[in-house]
Amino acid sequence: MLSIKDLQVAFKTRKGEVTAVKGITFELAKGERLGIVGESGSGKSVTSYALMRILDANGRIKAGDAVYSGVDLRKASERDMRDLRGREISMIFQNPRAALNPIRKVGHQIEDVLIQHARASRQNARAKAIEALEAVRINDAAARYDAYPFELSGGMCQRVVCAIALACDPKLMIMDEPTTGLDITTQKAVMDLVDELVKARGMSSILITHDLGLASEYCDRIVVMKDGEIVEEGGPVDLFRNPQHAYTRKLVDATPRRGVEIRELLPEEARTLLAPHMVRDTPLIEVKDLTKTYAGKSGPVHAVKGISFTVREGQSVGLVGESGCGKSTTSSMLVRLLDSTSGQILFRGQDLAAIPAADFARNPLRTKIQMVFQDATDSLNPRHTSRQSIAEPLKRMTGLKGAALDARVEELARLTGLPAHLLDRFPHQLSGGQKARVGIARAIAPDPDFLILDEPTAALDVSIQAVVLNLLADLRVRLGMSYLFVSHDLNVVRLLCDHVIVMKGGEIVDAGPVEQVMDHPSHPYTAELLSAAPQAPRPQTAA
Amino acid sequence: MSGRGTAIALRIAQAIPVVIGVVVISFVLTRALPGDPAAQFAGIAATPESIEEVRRALGLDKPLLQQFFIYCAQLLQGDLGQSISTGRPVVSELAARLPASLELTLTALFVSCAISIPLGILAATRPGSWVDQLCRLLVTAGVSLPTFFTGIVLVYVFYYLLGIAPSPLGRLDFVYLEPPHVTGFFLIDSVIARDWETFGGTVKQLVLPATTMALFTLAPIARMTRAAMLSALSADFIRTARASGLSRRKVLYGYAFRNALLPVVTTLGMVFSFALGANVLVEKVFAWPGIGSYAVEALVVSDYAAVQGFVLAMALLFVFLNLVIDLAYSVIDPRFGTSAK
Repeated sequence: MLSIKDLQVAFKTRKGEVTAVKGITFELAKGERLGIVGESGSGKSVTSYALMRILDANGRIKAGDAVYSGVDLRKASERDMRDLRGREISMIFQNPRAALNPIRKVGHQIEDVLIQHARASRQNARAKAIEALEAVRINDAAARYDAYPFELSGGMCQRVVCAIALACDPKLMIMDEPTTGLDITTQKAVMDLVDELVKARGMSSILITHDLGLASEYCDRIVVMKDGEIVEEGGPVDLFRNPQHAYTRKLVDATPRRGVEIRELLPEEARTLLAPHMVRDTPLIEVKDLTKTYAGKSGPVHAVKGISFTVREGQSVGLVGESGCGKSTTSSMLVRLLDSTSGQILFRGQDLAAIPAADFARNPLRTKIQMVFQDATDSLNPRHTSRQSIAEPLKRMTGLKGAALDARVEELARLTGLPAHLLDRFPHQLSGGQKARVGIARAIAPDPDFLILDEPTAALDVSIQAVVLNLLADLRVRLGMSYLFVSHDLNVVRLLCDHVIVMKGGEIVDAGPVEQVMDHPSHPYTAELLSAAPQAPRPQTAA
Repeated sequence: MSGRGTAIALRIAQAIPVVIGVVVISFVLTRALPGDPAAQFAGIAATPESIEEVRRALGLDKPLLQQFFIYCAQLLQGDLGQSISTGRPVVSELAARLPASLELTLTALFVSCAISIPLGILAATRPGSWVDQLCRLLVTAGVSLPTFFTGIVLVYVFYYLLGIAPSPLGRLDFVYLEPPHVTGFFLIDSVIARDWETFGGTVKQLVLPATTMALFTLAPIARMTRAAMLSALSADFIRTARASGLSRRKVLYGYAFRNALLPVVTTLGMVFSFALGANVLVEKVFAWPGIGSYAVEALVVSDYAAVQGFVLAMALLFVFLNLVIDLAYSVIDPRFGTSAK
């Protein structure tokens, strides 16, 4: 049905032409579900854009063939391609909210596609659009027709994107990281839905993702891409059990899954011995009946409804939940960026909740509680070099100057594995993993005892995630810190944490030692979260 | 949708304190001007006694606070006082001159938008092409040439050298009769009166000053349209639209342009405000009987009431304009008044 041969895609840049896809070949049969797995920069998305011929103006197909059902996608006229897009091949994208026109009703956006492909006339467009919304099982489809994207949740937006893509009964569906930015249960719901519709309609699908686990669950065959080339191809189980290529092995290893230790995420040669970290009985942080209530437009919003927990010296606690569960509010209150409504936060017996968040920056305890932020790119000042970013808290809180300051910054860089020559680079000159290291170095600069990690690996590729998680595990031992690890991913939390807290709707629904909660969840919600996470087939050769 | 209604009502309510502030400031500002209006009004040959007498007659001897309350009371009755220099009520002077300025500014803005928005769109869809370069050239020329200079050059070329433009003296050549007063806008009034000859005459007079103003306002609008279109075209939802096979036209105008409109409307509001200010120079060059030249003359002779009236009228116009722009937002952007925006 689709056959790609030696496809090459190149982009014109200021530094000359860059070949993003270097001659890839694959075929897709009717009804087959193909996964393209690779990390950022592997050319997996570019391949799909090239097939749809929606590359940016500076990109072009340099060589090779792409034939879809007898149509040469390279030679087809723009008019023919327009006809093909949406009607024969459709595409859904990552970040569904941004993928919809923010100022157009979702119903009208579906109608646009229907009318373009002559699937509806002005008279029956509304009815057909509602039908398309019903097909993706949006509750109360008729009412959603008039909604704007900002009025819908992320999961609903993705359903609308699916409705647009499926409106004209295409034969091939390309999904480009369709679940990025969605909660884990929403991710499962959306993927299950799309998978079911694809199967029911006898369509073929291409799933583009960095998540090997996700691909293995929803694809019949997987191709692994690296640096614009296909390095391996095979069925999901084979790929996991017996990866041939070193890169595939690295990816498989780095995918967090049950029954592996944190060091096992790394390639075999890098698995040094991890010194055990000491958890003492003395509490470092005691949270008692902490609440946060916002004044909303329609009455007060109870974001956090009286939660209590303890983090002991040296302990790592995972805080797990989906968006809107109150985990970010909780971590903001703990790091003292947000005032609590009531309750206590005892740090070695001293109540931090009594210190207004606005004044905490001048408090000596500021050095003791630090945070690593979610998006390493957005949380670094783009006009500051790494050195300036790391030095900033030192200058403010420790009063270090001159050579002593430089020495400390270099020491921190060594600790976090950031090569010294990168210290004078700006964020845009660094890779994702390097930026994450700068963020961590900045957080540990004032020598904190308690570090709040807000999804520190969410924006990273799995192999980089593996390295960063291991770095955090090492730092914990060396510097004797306690962590509060905020995440939506239970599989990642189990690797780093001793204790886990599950939050839902502003309350703690489950808590306990990590093995106990993960292996015998006492609350149905925890069980739901666990089952929603894509389960990678277990490799036979468990190291 | 109720959030949107409330937001609109709130926005209108916000205009009220601004208007009150404007009244206070216009009063204080004129009182702070140098020069003694009583002495000015009494003439060169006046004795100190006659100046005192004039001062009493104008009510300028009373305490400042009392003057302010008298001013406010008169204002509520729609009385802006009498112009000291012309002796006519300020309200009727402004009513006669404001349409002249507005007609010039609006025509200029209309012409400017008609050129700059398509130019900006073209430049954004073909970055680096000759259209883009032309856009850049025009924009640079537009901002770097002051209005009085372009005005004089246009008059020199088209009136003096080529003789195709009418003499740059006011809104209508003396051979035409003013159309009966309905709106004060000659273009509209002559259409209402079905007097096509006068209409033609008005257009002829308008061309040069309007072009001068348009050249001046072209730059920011074209630039903003180009930038807003470029950012809209690189948005994710444009990729979705393209991937679902929508026509180029639909993608460009239905999706990208409507999203790009927001910053363009903001710029338009700002441009309109400073065009009204820049009007003064253009009106002087073309002997345009507008509000700007009136204000300058009043200022020179310390004509309190006239200056106050002018400041107030302009301020109210700005407040009104900002209101209109915010309301235009609420029409374009459904997120207006919700937490998402």
